Order: sequence, then structure tokens, then C-alpha cells
Amino acid sequence: MNSLDQIFVTLKQWLLSYVPTDFQPVGSALLSIVAIIAVFGTAFALTTILERKGLGRIQNRPGPNRVGPCGFLQPMADAVKMLTKEDIVPYAADKVLHYLAPIVLTVPIWLAFAVLPFGRNMSAIELDASIVFFFAVGSASELAVFMAGWSSHNKYSLIGAMRGIAQMISYEVPLVLSTVPVLMLSGTLNLNEIVNAQSGFSFGVGQWNVFTPWGAAGFLLFMIAATAESNRAPFDLPEGESEIIAGFLTEYSGFKYALFFLGEYLGLFAVTGLAVTLFLGGWNAPLAFLNVVPSWLWFFAKFGALIAVFIWARGTVPRLRFDQLLNFAWKFIVPLTLVNIAVAGIWYFSSDHLAYAVRWLICAGIFLGFYELLGRFLSLKRAPRTYRYAE
Amino acid sequence: MSTLRKEISNGSFCGGIDVDSPLRHFSGATRTTNTNGFAHDLLEISMGPHHPSTHGVFRMDVIVDGEEIVQLKPVFGYLHRNHEKLAEKNSYLGIIPYTDRLDYICSMTNNWAYVLAVEKLSGFQATERAEYIRVIVSELTRLFNHACLVGFLLQDMGALGTPLMYAFREREKILDLFESLTGSRMMCNYMRFGGVRCDLPEGWLDEAKKVVSDYPGFIDQFEALITGNEILLARSQGVGVLSRELAISAGVTGPMLRASGVNYDIRKTDKYGIYSRFNFRVPLGDHGDVFDRYMIRVLEMRESLKILEQALNQIPAGPIIDPKAKNRGLRPKAGEVYSRIESPKGELGFHIISDGSASPYRLHIRPPSLINLTILEDMCLGQTIADAVIILGSVDIVLGEVDR
Repeated sequence: MNSLDQIFVTLKQWLLSYVPTDFQPVGSALLSIVAIIAVFGTAFALTTILERKGLGRIQNRPGPNRVGPCGFLQPMADAVKMLTKEDIVPYAADKVLHYLAPIVLTVPIWLAFAVLPFGRNMSAIELDASIVFFFAVGSASELAVFMAGWSSHNKYSLIGAMRGIAQMISYEVPLVLSTVPVLMLSGTLNLNEIVNAQSGFSFGVGQWNVFTPWGAAGFLLFMIAATAESNRAPFDLPEGESEIIAGFLTEYSGFKYALFFLGEYLGLFAVTGLAVTLFLGGWNAPLAFLNVVPSWLWFFAKFGALIAVFIWARGTVPRLRFDQLLNFAWKFIVPLTLVNIAVAGIWYFSSDHLAYAVRWLICAGIFLGFYELLGRFLSLKRAPRTYRYAE
Repeated sequence: MSTLRKEISNGSFCGGIDVDSPLRHFSGATRTTNTNGFAHDLLEISMGPHHPSTHGVFRMDVIVDGEEIVQLKPVFGYLHRNHEKLAEKNSYLGIIPYTDRLDYICSMTNNWAYVLAVEKLSGFQATERAEYIRVIVSELTRLFNHACLVGFLLQDMGALGTPLMYAFREREKILDLFESLTGSRMMCNYMRFGGVRCDLPEGWLDEAKKVVSDYPGFIDQFEALITGNEILLARSQGVGVLSRELAISAGVTGPMLRASGVNYDIRKTDKYGIYSRFNFRVPLGDHGDVFDRYMIRVLEMRESLKILEQALNQIPAGPIIDPKAKNRGLRPKAGEVYSRIESPKGELGFHIISDGSASPYRLHIRPPSLINLTILEDMCLGQTIADAVIILGSVDIVLGEVDR
């Protein structure tokens, strides 16, 4: 069983054994790059088709089902269409920036995958501060959105970029703050060690961070911020197609548009992978006897489940307005993440004095109390409406 | 006439931006100072005529301060097809198919409004069975018009197709009924002077009863899906408020007027057709915002179902058209008539002047969409672009009717 778990690691070492010693670091990096691009490129293609099919089911229609078996070759057809389309650059556009924006979006996102542990001994590079590296490269997408919006010289693009920057910067704060409790409790910035810290089992159930009060709250807050960060419904304002056509993407066509599309999905994959790593135990099995299943399968199972949640949300909720979106971030999500940090501190220091269940109830109570208070304070006091009838 | 021509030529007619207005020169951004004393820029955005949320070829000339709307001009006329002038060259009967294309999703009510006007002009009376059929098809039209409207409204709000597809599923059922009745799904061309074109096919009433009895399930499901949704409430309550006074003085009619709290339903006030025989109520809103307009449509669907249940059970046998009513070669005596009905969008009126010849001397249509659209700016000022889109969605316009 262990051989299946480590099959990709063994494969890589076997391939590296044919490389001269001096070139082994380079060879190792190249092999990792190829693996990541292949796996997540395929995941991108699969997600687009599954998303369209899933949305179709939610909306009482079959979804794409013409190309290939059950429509599963649709991504290929889309790729061919995108590549053969005319690449239109507006006359008034800033051509250099217009050209660079999709590249600036897509390239740094690939770097974020370098630090994610996809399985036991399966992260491309071992960094002591890997989560800091992750957020550093992840925040480059703001720049790309701004470049795209500004260089297109289109009013809708400009508004889209304006919305995009405000939204992404606002949600970057809770995204980072909601990970702080995990870092505090695991005492490390290294994602591999964070996963190792969650590898134990109590009563046969994995000791994942999400099963603690601060972890559950942090996970929900992280997921909300991640939705906003990756511009997905109900936070898809920068591209809100019913309001501003396609936002910062309005003037993009052909392969550049496809690159933006790819970049957005990769951003989504990266934060989803981080959510799995930080809160859902990474590649650990949920139950002790399931440890026989290879670790990388667990990672991708959890990853797929979270992606499904994103698709489900996209099919069900309307879009927020811009001011409501920012109010939600700064007045609600950010204070709650701060409270959550305090709760994590209480959890840590009460470990010697209180029984597990009592500790759990106290910490959950504190967080929910703040949640309720904040909710009451910010509530718009909407009375339920009644309607008169005239005979 | 000369003043009208002048208005048309200088562009101030029909909501075109006045050529003399200083805002005409806003080519891009212009520097102004707001109340805080900070210098900042205004931006003119031409939303439409090709825009995903303008429901056709309609343009909003919007001047925004950030995302807040400072000025908005509705610009229409892109779909003008000369309908009223065409009527002057056509026979009275030949005009009926053109009315299908006014409000192209509610052809039945358009037919009825026109036919009713001609009947009033020439003194015909529809037969008993035809009156019932007219009520049934019109209320079915109202059902799917309102369903589509709430679907499109939520689509504009960013709910990515799901509510719209649910609404369209119900619309399909009613369109299937129309297809089996008239041979056409949308351009029904069904009503005639003194009655209707053809009788109900075998088993049609049972199918219609089934559609009507299933419909409350759809409304319940739809409401469970979205009405209590926090995002919907936050987006629509207090947005695009239309005051009762402005609604009345602007001539707004239909669900939009009733959402502002005015009890005015032509089915009740005029009692045209046989509406006096049915027991139904008129829902009224108090706030006049987008949410009220949404809810009024939902509640009106429930009231329409009541009418339909009564009409489907009471419909008598008999002729569907009065044999004395002349359809081909109709030459009404010289005169003038204005007749109106409560179409799903509001007061749909036909003003016909006859000079005794085979075609009208003048035919004028009072389209509810156009009149309801004129106060768009008043509702949108101070709101954001995202609000303007849903306010427009809540007005319920069909460009075929606005531009004619």
C-alpha cells in the first residue's frame, strides 16, 4: 500500500536517477513543474465541463452533451475555438499592458502550487514560510486585473477593474487573518508541518482543524473570503455580466481571454488547495482505517468536494452590490476573523485546565456570541412585509 | 405639429439627450467638485443598445460619479418598425398579426386590446364562449409574463440563470397550450372581431386545468428558492423607490403603479370583457421599491390563478364568434374610439380614428412599457449602476412595444 501512496515520489526519483548529479536540482524542478501543469491543467478542463453540466442540472437543462462521450470533450472544442479566434486589441488600448495582463495573472498563480502538499512527501518545494510565499504570489492577481481594466481603454473595463481591486484587496485581509489561528495553533508557517500537525486520530476520526471551534469558524470565513478573492458568485462583481458586460475582460478575446479564464480557475484551485491543507487535514484520511487509501487521493477528493460547493453556490445565489460587498468584508468578516484569533488563543491556553468538551463549548460560545452581537448590530431591521389587497 | 417636428429634430423628443445640454459634451471624464470639496471625475457611460441587461435594443445614457448615477437618459427608438403608420395602409383584420409583434411575449393581450377597440368602434359583441376564452388566454399570458419578469429580474441581479430557467420551464407549458390552440407559440394572431379564430381543441381544457393546478407548486418552489434570500432583500428593498404621487402624475400603470400603493386595475375599474363575474383581489404594495414590484407580480400570479380556475370551470358551450360580426372587408362608420385593457405590463390602449374606409385613418397605441419607462431617471438617481439594471428589470419593458 505504501508503494502506491508514494508512487509519484518513487517515479520522480527513478527519473532523476538518469540525470547527472549536477543537473538534478534543475531536473527535479522541471519534473515538478510538468506534473503540476499537467494535473491542474486537466483539472481546469474537467472543472469547466463539470461546472457547466452541474449548473445545467441545477437549471433544469442537460448542459453541454454534444462533443465526445456525454460532452466530456467540450473543453477541447472550447480550446480549439479560443485558439482560432481573432485576437482583437482595441485601437486606443495600451497594447503592451493589454498583452501582459493575462500573463501577469496566470504565471504567478502557478507558483502558488509549488508549496501545496498534494500528498505525503509531495510538495514541489519545501519552504519554511510557505504560506507567506503562497499569499505573496497569490496577490499578484490584483495587478493583472488592474492592468487589464486600465489598458483596455473601455469604461466597463475600468469600472470592472475598480471593483476588482477594491474587492480583492478587501477580501485579502480576512483571507489572511482567517488562517492566523491555524498558524498559531500549529506553531509553524510551513504547510507540510501544518498537515502533519493534523495527522493524528482521536476515536478513529482525524484531528483536523475544522473539527475545533476556531477551525470551523476559520474555515467558513476562509471559504467566504476565497469566493470573493477568486471573483466567483455571489461575489462576481468585477465581471458582473448583467451590469458591466464582462468587466475587465470586456475587450479580451481569443487566447488572451482563455488565459484569463485559466488564471481565474487556477486561483480558485490554489485557494481551495490551501483550504484543504489548512483546515481539512490536507492529505490525511478522515477515518483511521481509511489510511490505506493513497494520500494524494484524499487531497484531490477533498479538493473536488470544495470545488463542487463553489459550483453549487454559483447556481443558487444572486450577486451582492458593491457597497454591500465591502461592508460585508470590513464590518462583518474582518471583525469575526479577529475574534476568531482571540478564540484560538483561549483554546490554546485553556488546554491544561479544562476538559475537551467544556473547552469546545466555551470557545464556540464566545465566537457565536460575537457573531450574534455583530449580526444584531449590523442588521438593517427589515420588518417582514405584508401586502394589502383591494377587492 | 411644427413644435413636435422641432422636438424631434433637436433630439429632445422621446428622451434623446438635448443637444444644448452641457452634459452633451461629456465625451469621457469631466472634473467636478462634490459636496466634500474633493475634485473628482464624472464618467458618461452609454449602456446599450447592445447590453446584456437592457432587454433588447435600448440605451441608457448614464453619467456616473464613481458608481453612483448622477444623470440617466433613457434613449429608445432602435426597434421602431412603423407599426402605427403600417396600420393606416392595412385592413382592420390585417392589423391583428401586427399587434402580436408589439409586446412580443404577450401577443394574446395585444390582440384583445385591439379587437376590443374595433368592436367598440363598430358595435360588435363577442360571444359568451369567446369572452371566456379571451379571459383564459389573457390570464395565462399574465402568468407567464410575470414569471418571465421575475426570472429576468433575478438574472439581472446576478442569479445566473437558475430562476430564469425555472420560470421558462413554466412558460413552455403555457406556450405549448397556445401552440395547440392557435398553431403558434408566440405570435398567436388568435382574436377576431366578435370572437376568436378557432375553438378549443379536444382535451385542451383538461390540459389547461392541469397546467393551472400545477402552477401554485411552481410559485411556492420559486418563492422558497429566492423570496427570503438575504441578498435579494438587500439588493431590492429600498432600491428604485417610486412615490405614489410621481407614479400617478407620470401616468404609470400596471403592477408598477400598484406596487406604489395605488389601487388601479383596469380589470376592476372598467370591467371590460366579463371580468366582473370573477372573484379576485388586487394586491397592493406600500413601498414602491424593486422588492414590492417583484412581490406584486408574484401575488398577481396567484390571483390570476383564481380567475383561471373560475373561468375554466364556468366556460359555456356555444359559438366562438358572432356570425354577424364582419371581419373581412370591415368598414366601420366614421368615428373615433379609445379602448384599453389591463395588459400584464399595464394599461394597453388603442386609439382608432375611422373615416369609413377599409383601413383606419389613424391608429395610436398607448404602450404601458413606454409610459412606465419615462420615469426611469427619477428612480435611478443616487443609486448605483447595479441598481439601475435591476430597476430597469423591475419596470418590465419589451422593446417591441416601447418603440413600436
